[in-house]
Amino acid sequence: MSSIAQKKGFGATLWDYLTTVDHKKIAVMYLIAGGLFFVIGGIEAMLIRIQLAKPDNDFVSAGLFNEIITMHGTTMIFLAAMPLLFAFMNAVMPLQIGARDVAFPFLNSLGFWLFLFGGVFLNLSWFMGGAPDAGWTSYASLSLASPGHGIDFYAIGLQIAGAGTYIAGINFLVTIINMRAPGMTYMRMPLMTWTTFVASALILFAFPPLTIGLFFLILDRMFGGNFFDHTMGGNTIIWEHLFWIFGHPEVYILILPAFGIFSEIFAIFARKRLFGYSSMVFATVLIGFLGFMVWAHHMFTVGLGPTANAIFAVATMAIAVPTGMKIFNWLLTIWGGSIKVTTPMLYALGFIPSFVAGGVTGVMQGAAPLDYQLHDSYFIVAHFHYVIVGGVVLAILAALHLWWPLMFNQMLSETLGKWTFWFFFIGFHLTFFIQHFLGLMGMPRRVFTFGANQGWDLFNLISSIGAIFMAIGVVILVVNIIITVVKNVPVGNDPWGDGRTLEWAIPQPVPFYNFKQTPLVRGLDTFWIEKQEGNKEGMTYAEPISDIHMPNNSFVPFVMTLGLFIAGFGALYNGEKDWAVPVLVLGLAITFASMAVRSIKDDHGYHIHKEDLMNEKGGK
Amino acid sequence: MSHDAQVYVKSDTEFNYIKQKRKQDMRGQITTFAIMIFLTLIAFAAVAADFSKYLIAPVILLLAAVQVVLQLYYFMHAKEKNHNVAMFFLIFGAFLAFVFILTFLTIIWWG
Amino acid sequence: MDLDKKYTPQTWPDHPEQVTMEGKNKFLGFWLFLGGETVLFASLFATYLALKNKGPSGMEFSTQTLFELPLVFVMTMILLTSSLTSVYAMYHMKNHNFKGMQLWLGITVALGLSFLALEIYEFNHYVHLGFNYSQSAFSSAFFTLVGTHGIHVVVGLVWFILLIVRNAKRGFSLYNAPKYYTASLYWHFIDVVWVFIFTVVYLMGVVG
Repeated sequence: MSSIAQKKGFGATLWDYLTTVDHKKIAVMYLIAGGLFFVIGGIEAMLIRIQLAKPDNDFVSAGLFNEIITMHGTTMIFLAAMPLLFAFMNAVMPLQIGARDVAFPFLNSLGFWLFLFGGVFLNLSWFMGGAPDAGWTSYASLSLASPGHGIDFYAIGLQIAGAGTYIAGINFLVTIINMRAPGMTYMRMPLMTWTTFVASALILFAFPPLTIGLFFLILDRMFGGNFFDHTMGGNTIIWEHLFWIFGHPEVYILILPAFGIFSEIFAIFARKRLFGYSSMVFATVLIGFLGFMVWAHHMFTVGLGPTANAIFAVATMAIAVPTGMKIFNWLLTIWGGSIKVTTPMLYALGFIPSFVAGGVTGVMQGAAPLDYQLHDSYFIVAHFHYVIVGGVVLAILAALHLWWPLMFNQMLSETLGKWTFWFFFIGFHLTFFIQHFLGLMGMPRRVFTFGANQGWDLFNLISSIGAIFMAIGVVILVVNIIITVVKNVPVGNDPWGDGRTLEWAIPQPVPFYNFKQTPLVRGLDTFWIEKQEGNKEGMTYAEPISDIHMPNNSFVPFVMTLGLFIAGFGALYNGEKDWAVPVLVLGLAITFASMAVRSIKDDHGYHIHKEDLMNEKGGK
Repeated sequence: MSHDAQVYVKSDTEFNYIKQKRKQDMRGQITTFAIMIFLTLIAFAAVAADFSKYLIAPVILLLAAVQVVLQLYYFMHAKEKNHNVAMFFLIFGAFLAFVFILTFLTIIWWG
Repeated sequence: MDLDKKYTPQTWPDHPEQVTMEGKNKFLGFWLFLGGETVLFASLFATYLALKNKGPSGMEFSTQTLFELPLVFVMTMILLTSSLTSVYAMYHMKNHNFKGMQLWLGITVALGLSFLALEIYEFNHYVHLGFNYSQSAFSSAFFTLVGTHGIHVVVGLVWFILLIVRNAKRGFSLYNAPKYYTASLYWHFIDVVWVFIFTVVYLMGVVG
C-alpha cells in the first residue's frame, strides 16, 4: 500500500470507504449517515407540526401520526444525535490525545456499519407494512398489542444499531486509556476527550440493559416468550425499568459530549483557558455516575410507592448541582475574555440560556408530586426538546462549524452560518417555549389532534410556525455545505487562529497516519503552549521519525453486518413465512463465517517506512 | 509508541527463578481451586441438609461472592498490577448490577 | 515489528499478552467488555428473580418441584474444573510450552462440551415435563437466563477450538498470545456467571 497521494476513480473511492478503518474517514461516514437521518427525522417533525397546526386537522390519520412520532423520536435519538456526536468523537478525540488511530480500527468500522444497517432496517419499516407506532419508549403492553411488524422492525433495528454503539463505546474507552501521547495525563485531556470518555463509559453500562429489554421484546413478539404478558405471569413494568435504566444514561450520553464541545468553543473564542478545568472534569464524572441512579424518575406515576419515588426524586435533583457547576464555569470562562463572536460561539452563547431553561424544568419534574401534574403533557415535550435541541443539537451544529475545517480543510461560510443560527435559534424557542404553556393548559403529548374549543389553537399554530423557522435554518445550512464543498478552498491548520488543543496543530489535510512523530504534551492546551513559546511547528516531538505501523483496510465488517441485517428479516417473519428460519440461519451463518475469517486470517497491518515519511508533507 | 518489542534474553539464573516462581503461583492456583470446590460443597450440602432458608440464603450468597472474588483475583489474575482500570470498570459494573437487582426485587411488584 | 517472530522460553516475555500495543488494547478492551457483560447478566438475573415462579393461575411448576440438585452439582464441578484447566493452559503459555497449552485447552473444551451436553439434557427434560419456553413467564425467564449462559459456553468453545486449530502449525507469537489470554478470561467469566446461576437459580430455588 502506498502512502503517496493519488487521484482515484469513483469506484476506488467507494471501495476505500467501504473497507476503511481510518477514524477520520469513519467520522465522515458517521457525519453523512447521521446527517441523512437527521433530515429524515426533521421531515417527520415537520409532518407532526403540520398536523398540529390547526384543530381537527386530518392531514395524517391517527395511526400514521403514531408511526411518525415514534419514528421521529427513535430516529433523532439513535440514528441522528448519537452518530453525529460519534462523528466528532471519531474525528477529533484521537487527534486531541495525540494518537495515530483508535485502539480498534477494525471494530470502529464494524460499529459504523452496524449503526447504518440497523438504521436502514428500522426505516425500511415504512415500506414494509408500517413503521413502529408505540412511541420511542415502546412500553411493553402497548407494543405487544401493536399489530403488524412495526415494533419488530424497532426491536431488531435498534438491537443491530445498539451493538454498533456498544462497540464504539468500548473502542473510545480503550483508545483514551491506552493511546494517549507521552505527557497527556488524564488531567491534561481536553474536555471533548473527557466527555467522550465518560459518555463511552455510560454506553458500556447502559446499552446491555437495552439489549436485554429489546431481546425480551423480540422473544415475546416473535418467539413465544412471556416476559411482559401478565396473563402468563409476566410483568410489563420490567420493560419500563430496563428501558429507562438505559434511557436515562442515554440522555447523558448525548449531553456530555455536547458539554465537551461547548467547553472547547468557549475556551477558543474567549481566548482564555477554560475556567475551573478540574471541577469541570469532576462534574462530568459525577453527572455520569448520578445518571445511573435516577432512571425511575421517568416512572413516578407508575406507582412504585412513596419511598422509591422519594429516593429517585432526591437523586434527580442532585444532578442539578454538577450541571450548575458547569454553567458557572462556562460563564466565568467568557468573563473577561477577548471574545470573538463566530458561528460556533453564537451557538455556545445561545446554548447557555436554552439549556438552563431545560434544566430548570427538569428539576421541576424531579419533584415527584408535581410530576403527577406534568406527566404525559406537552410540558414534558417542551422540557426534553429544550435539553436535547437546546443542548445537543445546538452543540452538533456548533461542532459542525467548528471542526469542519479540521475534517475537510475548508471553512463553512460564516455569514450563512450566522443566518442558520438565527433562524434555528429563534425557531427553536418559538416552537418549544410555548409548549410549556400548552402542557400546563392540559394538552397531552402524543395526541394526533385537538378540538377547536379547547383553546390550544393559537399556541399550536405559533409552535408550528417556529418549526418552519428551524427548517429554514437547516436548509440554509445545507446550502452552505454545498457551496463550501463546491468551492473547495483549502484553509490549512488552525483556521480559527485560536486553536488550543492538539487537533489544530496537525498539518492539513490531516495525513492518514495523523502524526508523523508522536507529540510530547507539556500541559493543558498543548497547542496554545507551543504557540505562546513561538514554536512554529506547533508541536514538540516525543520520538524521532521512524516506521509507523498501520492497520489494513477490511471488507469484513461490512459483510458481518450484512449477515445480521439478513438475519433480522428472518427473525422478523418467524412463524409467518416459510423462508423465515432459513433466512435467519443464513444471515447468522454469514456473520459467524466472517467472524471466523477475521480470526483465522493473520492481519498484521503494514508499515510506512521512515524514508517515505521524510519526503512527505501530508496529504491523504 | 515504540515499534519493536525489545527482545530480552533472560540469564539462566533469572530464567530458573521465574520458572520456579511460576510453579509456586500454579500451586497457589490449585489451592484456590480446592477452596472453590470446598465452598461449592458447603453450599450444596447446606441446601441438601435442609436448614432454615433464612440461614441458607445469606450463607450461600456469601459463599458465591467469595468464590467469584477468588476466580477474579487468582484465576483471572486481577490481583496483579496493570489491572487497576479494568477492575475499576468491573467493580462499577458489579455495583450497578447490585443496584438493578435490588430495585427489581423491591419495586417491581410492590406498589 | 515482526509479529510472527519466534521466541524461545528464555526470550519469551513475562506477560506475552501485553507486550504489543494491540495486546494491551485487547486486554483492556476485553475487561471492559466483561464489565458490560456483568450488567447484561444482572438484567437477566433481575428479571428472573422478578418472574420466578410466576405463571398463569394454577401453574404446576415451581423451582422446588422442578430442579434436581445432583445434575446441577455435576455440571458445577465440571465447569469449575474446566476453569482450572484453562488456568493450566495459561501457565504453559507463560512457560512457552505450546504443546502443553494446546493439550490443556483441549481438556477444557472437552469439559465444556460435557457441561453443554448435560445442559441440553436438562432443558430437554424440562420440556418433556411440559415446562417449555412459552409455558409461563417463569419458564421464559429461566430458559433465557440459563440459555444465555449456555450460548456463552458455546461461543467460548468455538473460540477455543478456532484458536487451537488456527495456531496448531503457527506456534506461539506475540500476535496470538493476547487472543489466547482473552479467550481464557472469557472462559473464567462464564464460570463466574455460573457460580451465581447455581447459587441464585438452583440452590435458592430449591430452598424456596
